[in-house]
Amino acid sequence: MLFQLIVSGISIGSIYALVALAMVIIYKTSEVPNFAQGEMSMLSTFIAFMLLASYGQSFLVSFTGALIFAVALGVFLEFVFLRRAKDPNVLSLILITLGFEMMIYGVASWKWGAEQQSFPFPVSDFDIVNVGPAVVSYLNIATLLVTLLLMLILFLFFRYTKLGIAMKATQQNMLAARINGIRANRILSLTWGMSSAIGAVAGMMLAPIATLDPNLMMDPLLKGFASAVLGGMTTLVGSVLGGYILGIIETLFGGYVSLQFKSIVAFLIIVLVLCFKPSGLFAKHYVRRV
Amino acid sequence: MNEDFFRVEDLSIGFGGLKAVDKVSFTLEKETILSIIGPNGAGKTTIFNCISGLYIPNSGRVLFKGEDITGLKPYKIAMKGIARTFQNIELFSRMTTMENLMLGRHLHIKTGILSGATFFRRNSRAAREEIKHRERMEHIIDLLDLQYARNQFVGSLPYGTQKLIELGRALALEPELLLLDEPSAGMNTEEKQDLIFWIKDIQDELKVTILLIEHDMRMVMDISDRILAINFGKQIGEGSPEEIQNNPEVLKAYLGEEESSYVSS
Repeated sequence: MLFQLIVSGISIGSIYALVALAMVIIYKTSEVPNFAQGEMSMLSTFIAFMLLASYGQSFLVSFTGALIFAVALGVFLEFVFLRRAKDPNVLSLILITLGFEMMIYGVASWKWGAEQQSFPFPVSDFDIVNVGPAVVSYLNIATLLVTLLLMLILFLFFRYTKLGIAMKATQQNMLAARINGIRANRILSLTWGMSSAIGAVAGMMLAPIATLDPNLMMDPLLKGFASAVLGGMTTLVGSVLGGYILGIIETLFGGYVSLQFKSIVAFLIIVLVLCFKPSGLFAKHYVRRV
Repeated sequence: MNEDFFRVEDLSIGFGGLKAVDKVSFTLEKETILSIIGPNGAGKTTIFNCISGLYIPNSGRVLFKGEDITGLKPYKIAMKGIARTFQNIELFSRMTTMENLMLGRHLHIKTGILSGATFFRRNSRAAREEIKHRERMEHIIDLLDLQYARNQFVGSLPYGTQKLIELGRALALEPELLLLDEPSAGMNTEEKQDLIFWIKDIQDELKVTILLIEHDMRMVMDISDRILAINFGKQIGEGSPEEIQNNPEVLKAYLGEEESSYVSS
């Protein structure tokens, strides 16, 4: 049973890790937690669903279409709402993301709200392999592989591409980036687009095991946020590890202690981390010298 | 129209009721050094921010090689060949010295994802680019004696070294005009001596025109071709170091009523 729980923990942890990753990428550049993240990935997942179910497109076309939509949505939010804010402080930016969240939620409820859909997926949750004592579904494996692949791509992107390095530079010092010929505004838009696409991947990996309705990402968003806080809001690797740790702890708690109270674990962890290691488990405590 | 290398005309900017810069004008000849002096809060850094596009002036023009660059975005200004340093070091503190310098070359790096991905042979396009950029970097590192700091994270390096790295990053942009905002602040006498030497070197070797904000009078008098003195945002004198030293307006406003020792020396 222990092994089985860990397997499920890793599987759900992958989703948390992706959400946390999307959140941290934004937080590092714009210094704002994006609370519209969940609804943005929910909407992108619905776009994939619409392309699949209503327009009969292939999986490849639908998923690519949803990712392109997600990037556009992220860029749209940054360009149309956040950039217009005059002398924004963090609180007003958070409120903008919350407002955007409600707008998307409203649109999704109006368009798809009534019935719960099941999301068709090329990999099944019912085809299984036995790994030692545990049962692992193909979907579990696919989720893990997709997450790892995405992280590898991100790592290569930030390490070796000109755009990735410009993004990293903008995160570390926007003033210096601008003065060295980096178009910081464009970088910001792209960051939001990229984060939105990562969130969309999380949504599409989650949809086949959950039911597709406008509440799809509500719980994972909070868990992803908790993971990001756990790992440290400023480190990509940390947030991913945070996602897996949270997934595993939560599943173990559900298995051994109480299934009903499974969800409170995440919040308990947030409180504990904020009390004892506010910068997160894996972040170097970073104090800006004035 | 008179084609000066760099000219600022009647530059004014205010914040709220405060006139931070009020009708400042000056010209800068190619390959010379002009220093802007003035007490704290006189508006020196504000002039720099207007030139480099961080602030948009309320009125006045900034002309670079005959072209009006007033109010352009910072990245466009950088593309024109104007680099700068800051009074309070602005580095990418979680990157190494080399990475910081490389970012200064951001505009010059042409490698896209495709040619970057085909970086296999020594004479592939991406490899040749990389080698070219590395050579330029090594030159700057040599020039500023930064060998030992090459692969260290800049956040942990001493203040003086960080200032030099910032200077190096500005040079990596291959600017024609270099704006230095108090490069010697926080340096000891010995480091200041080195800095004077380096600035002269940079000017001779790289043919850069320099606009300098500096408080250290000895340094200003030593390396400037022209000096512009401002106080409360207003221009109070412009001329050669000798002229400034004997300008009663400047002496009164900047150095106090009494003649200071380093002016008479």
